[in-house]
Amino acid sequence: MTDNSQQSSESLRERTDQRRAAALKKRHAAEKRFRWFGRLSIAFGLAAVVFLFTDIISKGLGAFTQTYVNMEVTFDADTLGLTPNSSEEEIKAASFGSFFKKSLRERYPDLSSRKEKRDLYALFTSDMPLILRDMVLADPNVIGTTQRVSMIADDDFDTYYKHSYGRDLSGDEKVSRLSETQENIVDQLVKSGAVEKKFNTIFFSNSDSREPELAGIKGAVVGSILTLLVTLVFSFPIAVATAIYLEEFAPKNKITDFIEVNINNLAAVPSVIFGLLGLAVFINFFGLPRSVPLVGGFVLTLMTLPTIIISSRAAIKAVPPSIRDAAMGMGASKVQTVLHHVLPLAMPGMLTGTIIGMAQALGETAPLLMIGMVAFIVDTPAGVTDPATVLPVQIFLWSDSPERAFVEKTSAAIMVLLTFLICMNSLAVWLRKRLERRW
Amino acid sequence: MNNAQISKAEIVSETYQTTGSPLMDDPKMRVRNVDVFYGEKQAIFDVNLDIGKNEVISMIGPSGCGKSTFLRCLNRMNDTIDICRVEGELLLESQNIYDKKIDVVELRARVGMVFQKPNPFPKSIYENVAYGARIHGLTDNKVELDELVEKSLIRCGLWKEVKDRLDEPATGLSGGQQQRLCIARAIAVNPEVILMDEPCSALDPIATATVEELIHELSENFTICIVTHSMQQAARVSQRTAYFHLGKLIEVNDTSTVFTNPEHKLTEEYITGRIG
Repeated sequence: MTDNSQQSSESLRERTDQRRAAALKKRHAAEKRFRWFGRLSIAFGLAAVVFLFTDIISKGLGAFTQTYVNMEVTFDADTLGLTPNSSEEEIKAASFGSFFKKSLRERYPDLSSRKEKRDLYALFTSDMPLILRDMVLADPNVIGTTQRVSMIADDDFDTYYKHSYGRDLSGDEKVSRLSETQENIVDQLVKSGAVEKKFNTIFFSNSDSREPELAGIKGAVVGSILTLLVTLVFSFPIAVATAIYLEEFAPKNKITDFIEVNINNLAAVPSVIFGLLGLAVFINFFGLPRSVPLVGGFVLTLMTLPTIIISSRAAIKAVPPSIRDAAMGMGASKVQTVLHHVLPLAMPGMLTGTIIGMAQALGETAPLLMIGMVAFIVDTPAGVTDPATVLPVQIFLWSDSPERAFVEKTSAAIMVLLTFLICMNSLAVWLRKRLERRW
Repeated sequence: MNNAQISKAEIVSETYQTTGSPLMDDPKMRVRNVDVFYGEKQAIFDVNLDIGKNEVISMIGPSGCGKSTFLRCLNRMNDTIDICRVEGELLLESQNIYDKKIDVVELRARVGMVFQKPNPFPKSIYENVAYGARIHGLTDNKVELDELVEKSLIRCGLWKEVKDRLDEPATGLSGGQQQRLCIARAIAVNPEVILMDEPCSALDPIATATVEELIHELSENFTICIVTHSMQQAARVSQRTAYFHLGKLIEVNDTSTVFTNPEHKLTEEYITGRIG
């Protein structure tokens, strides 16, 4: 009897052990699987990022260099009809265009046909006469002398030299838009050592241009900065005030619930709709000018407000209630409690939310198209009421251009935009680490 | 069994009268017919109690009996809870503290509070003690403020421990030091009454002993109402003890009477460990 029960208890023990071992094995397998899913998804994400960056960098790196041709130019007084004593007006009136063409022709006397000559002129940027004129304006004493001039190569020349010259390319890979005459001239120039690639300062010091070799991002960067400044100045105080009021002062009733639902909804509204709203309200109703950073900033303010409000409210909610109790128990008024204790503790979270909202605003294109910030603007804006464009819109504009050189510029502008975004997000992380009180 | 049923019947009756001696002559605070509601739910039923001058009165009772809620009525901390409603009369020196004319800021300067969990501000030790004086404008200059901070810390026995690191964050102190700092912060504004809501429940026994000693010393100048879960603590620090049960004030008596010879059956059951 006892033997029997002992036996059955033993077999029960054995069965329990077996089952538990099997369950444990299953559990381990499940955990391993889960870990691998995580690793796989991270690997996938990283691969996508690496692909994006290699693609953009390989395409855009070329835009950071520009081809120049070093040439001796004789500022012949007779051809220009100028002397070192000529006045500014006389210099401005002089025909630098024909002077430039003449000096090129003299260098290549065997080019006789009109087409060949045109090909020769087209190797250099169309602004070359103006650059020569500016040289003379800056120092009239160059008249009558021979100067070494660093001439900016035309985008077709530039692209050919950077990507095709001296390489054995065939078929589709051969992207040259140069004629045979031009290729020969380039070949001669390169062999004579006159051609050099330099860091492309034009890209950072010029604004948009029809000529790719003269197009730069300065105007777009300044436009972006002005627009973001307007956005920051308006969105941060409004959003923080809203968040504090809703979190700390507003009575909890149906109206505040309704407002909360609407704020959350607004955060998900497509940005182009904010653009339309801005167009209707700011431009059509209030009559503000088109294409200006002020209106762009207003529109982006509307767009980023929900983001900042939501993150600020979360930051305020995260402040431990014991701190509020302590302040209230000391006899601090509601406003004192909020200003002295809640706000300083919530500030890192609010700032993080703001910077993330700003980064979002920096990358926004669609709403700005609606208010006309898509115009071709050559001047760098000097204030918030000057017509301007912004980086993402500049990228959008260039990506639409047919010239191969603009493809390069597009990628380069994307790199600049990404740099700004990475800087802003790093700043957000740094600020949070710096201001966060772990006490 | 039978006794418990009878006592329950007593509790349910709306017109229950507190046994013992809840009332006295010339009290510091007078509580009359106070009911507290959280929304529809009533948490405190018709409490009548006098709190004497410079006495330590402890409030004991099982969890959820309303003792903390009652304590928070005494300086209107319940105002911060939207659904909370207080009815009845609460007088501080014959002034109704729920009167519309009373500024809650001034009330809380007169009736200070120390909380269950030490909650120093995430600022320096100095700023913690100076904060009350700053917002109530108690001092004219830095010298006076320094003196006040020093005096308050000395009274809480914290001065020696922190005098060399007044500028360091208060959260770097140990739990017991933090709680004493909170008491220093409360007495820096020189209140008349100090409310303590289980001030030692987050502290170890040694820190508890220090705080209890401090309460004893402070009772010379202040009226102290302390809510506690520990009956030993109530017995050690207080002169009078009030026993709450399910929102009703069952018995108020001298502490020695409550713990040796309770008048009410429920009190007896609680202190002998049969309830709670």
